[in-house]
Amino acid sequence: MTILLDVADVSKLFTAGGPGAWTRLKRRLAGGPQTLPKVHAVEDVSFVINKGETVGLVGESGCGKSTLVRALTRLVDLSEGSIKLGDRELSLKAARVFARDRDRARIQMVFQDAGESINPRFTAFDAIADPLRRLRKLHGKALIERVETVATQCGLPPQLLSRFPHQLSGGQRARVGIARAIAVQPDLLVLDEPTAALDVSVQVVILQLLQRLKKDIGMSYLFVSHDLSVLRLLCDRVLVMYLGKIVESGPAATVFEKPLHPYTQALVAAVPRLHQSGAERLRLIGEPRSPIDPDPNVCRFYGRCPRGTDACKAAMPALRALGDRQVACHFA
Amino acid sequence: MTAAAPALSVEGLSVEFRTRSGIVRALDNVSFSVRKGETIALVGESGSGKSVTAYATMGILDPAGKVTAGRAMLGGLDLLSAKPSQLAEVRGREIAMIFQNPRTALNPIRPVGRQIADVLIRHRNVPRAAAPAQAIEMLRAVGITDPARRARAYPFEMSGGMCQRVMIAIALAAKPSLLIADEPTTGLDVTTQAVIMDLVSDLARDMGMATIFITHDLALAGQRSSRIVVMHAGHVVENAATKDLLAHPRHPYTAELIAATPDAAASLDKLASVSGSLPDLRRTDLPPCRYSERCPRKIAACAQPLPHTTLDADHAAACWHPLPIRRVVAPTESAA
Repeated sequence: MTILLDVADVSKLFTAGGPGAWTRLKRRLAGGPQTLPKVHAVEDVSFVINKGETVGLVGESGCGKSTLVRALTRLVDLSEGSIKLGDRELSLKAARVFARDRDRARIQMVFQDAGESINPRFTAFDAIADPLRRLRKLHGKALIERVETVATQCGLPPQLLSRFPHQLSGGQRARVGIARAIAVQPDLLVLDEPTAALDVSVQVVILQLLQRLKKDIGMSYLFVSHDLSVLRLLCDRVLVMYLGKIVESGPAATVFEKPLHPYTQALVAAVPRLHQSGAERLRLIGEPRSPIDPDPNVCRFYGRCPRGTDACKAAMPALRALGDRQVACHFA
Repeated sequence: MTAAAPALSVEGLSVEFRTRSGIVRALDNVSFSVRKGETIALVGESGSGKSVTAYATMGILDPAGKVTAGRAMLGGLDLLSAKPSQLAEVRGREIAMIFQNPRTALNPIRPVGRQIADVLIRHRNVPRAAAPAQAIEMLRAVGITDPARRARAYPFEMSGGMCQRVMIAIALAAKPSLLIADEPTTGLDVTTQAVIMDLVSDLARDMGMATIFITHDLALAGQRSSRIVVMHAGHVVENAATKDLLAHPRHPYTAELIAATPDAAASLDKLASVSGSLPDLRRTDLPPCRYSERCPRKIAACAQPLPHTTLDADHAAACWHPLPIRRVVAPTESAA
């Protein structure tokens, strides 16, 4: 298998609040320390996506999935690390420069809530045509033809193309979001919870559409979600993220059936199932640790972990290989 | 099954909304009941009338909406014909509601501790001076760490899960006998969802509360309720004990919903989708069975008025051509 995307040691840190400008100026004049607290949103994340593969990324809100995705799609700049798309190193160019790069079209994104992420003053046609105009320089007849082809491919009848987002149903809006992302024929499609805002019945249709598109077009997917049962249906491999770090990865089916990391176990136990009465009592209590300047020697999950011992606050467990899986826990 | 008296019984509830483009018949002859200490789930797609049912019962319908028929008996009081002053006494004290989006339901410019204290002062006659301390106790009861500090926080300073805990604390502050939870965990993570649902069911059990739990997630409903009421386009289409309903659905719509729930299938190809979409409820020529236009099992009899569903039957389905009783839906892998 050929590697499409190679992500190595990616970190993204944000500067957090800290003292105001006046205090900082006074400190600088006094020659005091200048370091500000940093939010470690994503830390040392490495993985690869092969051609034609669907990789799932799962974790709770605030764990850094969206930041990681925004870094991969080059919407924000990295603090450290490298992202290689084929042979091309993407992290060298600033995000705002990359917006006009020739490889921009190769990574596209479907955003979370299509109702919020599509310009409300664009018709469905304009929304799908926008990336084609900008990245493929299509005009006139060729543009109309391409938009209609893509819309039909996504199950959106051409009559609906003149409508505005508020005139479309949730499922139709989701289709517009997908259509505009695949219009420029990307190699990698990043989907950030594309079905989170949809009903169960519509969700199935959209997931089936995504699976069919993948076969037809031959893209790779990075599918972000907090719902493991959805990921299991669509993905070959999953990455489990907790507080900026990947804690487990492996084939979707085995991770779902035999989770190794205690966090993954809690995640799997939390998924409601149809034919299982009485919830399994494996619950995470408390809130995650603070991501602001975390202690590099304490496991990120310590304090919430049902198995935490003194070893967990003495050394951060590294991600190590176990067969075809990887896990970051002393006890796995 | 009829040992405990119903805490709330809704009978023949119909609601219409007047809009510029015509009258929307949002609810038609909706009946169900919930007993003391029981949790029932109202399940259906968005637009099926789950929330309208709750709002009508609480007397907080949008001004365009009008209850055209029916009763909602809470104890001896009909909530639908009660005077506003009577309702104001009942709401918050006897019935409480947890809303879908805690961030928009909470008052953004009032510390959460004060919002809980307001309920205590209004409905439990707690002295003004003692209310803040009791509010902190409520926050502790819903599992918020460092409640004394959190009581002074504003909703925007808290995470979604914590805001939902505050909503629960407000709803339960007056120790109501009926709790309506309208999609309490939509927009929350699965891990947080599990914790919040545990909290609601534990508190409901401890306080002997009747709970109506509104959701579109059949799997979640199956795990958390003893009875499921399935709604479609303003009709109750099926009403049965949870295990019975999931194992032997009688109404074709319920069967399709079960088949569309991710857990039921091993692969995406096996997942069925619910065909068609909800009918336009403004139409004047709506068929008696509002599902018939989407239904794979439609027969000639479907043009007659719906079969009468008995309120206290253990398993009621509003269908002329229900699925045979011994149909088992995908039990093979759930056993594994």
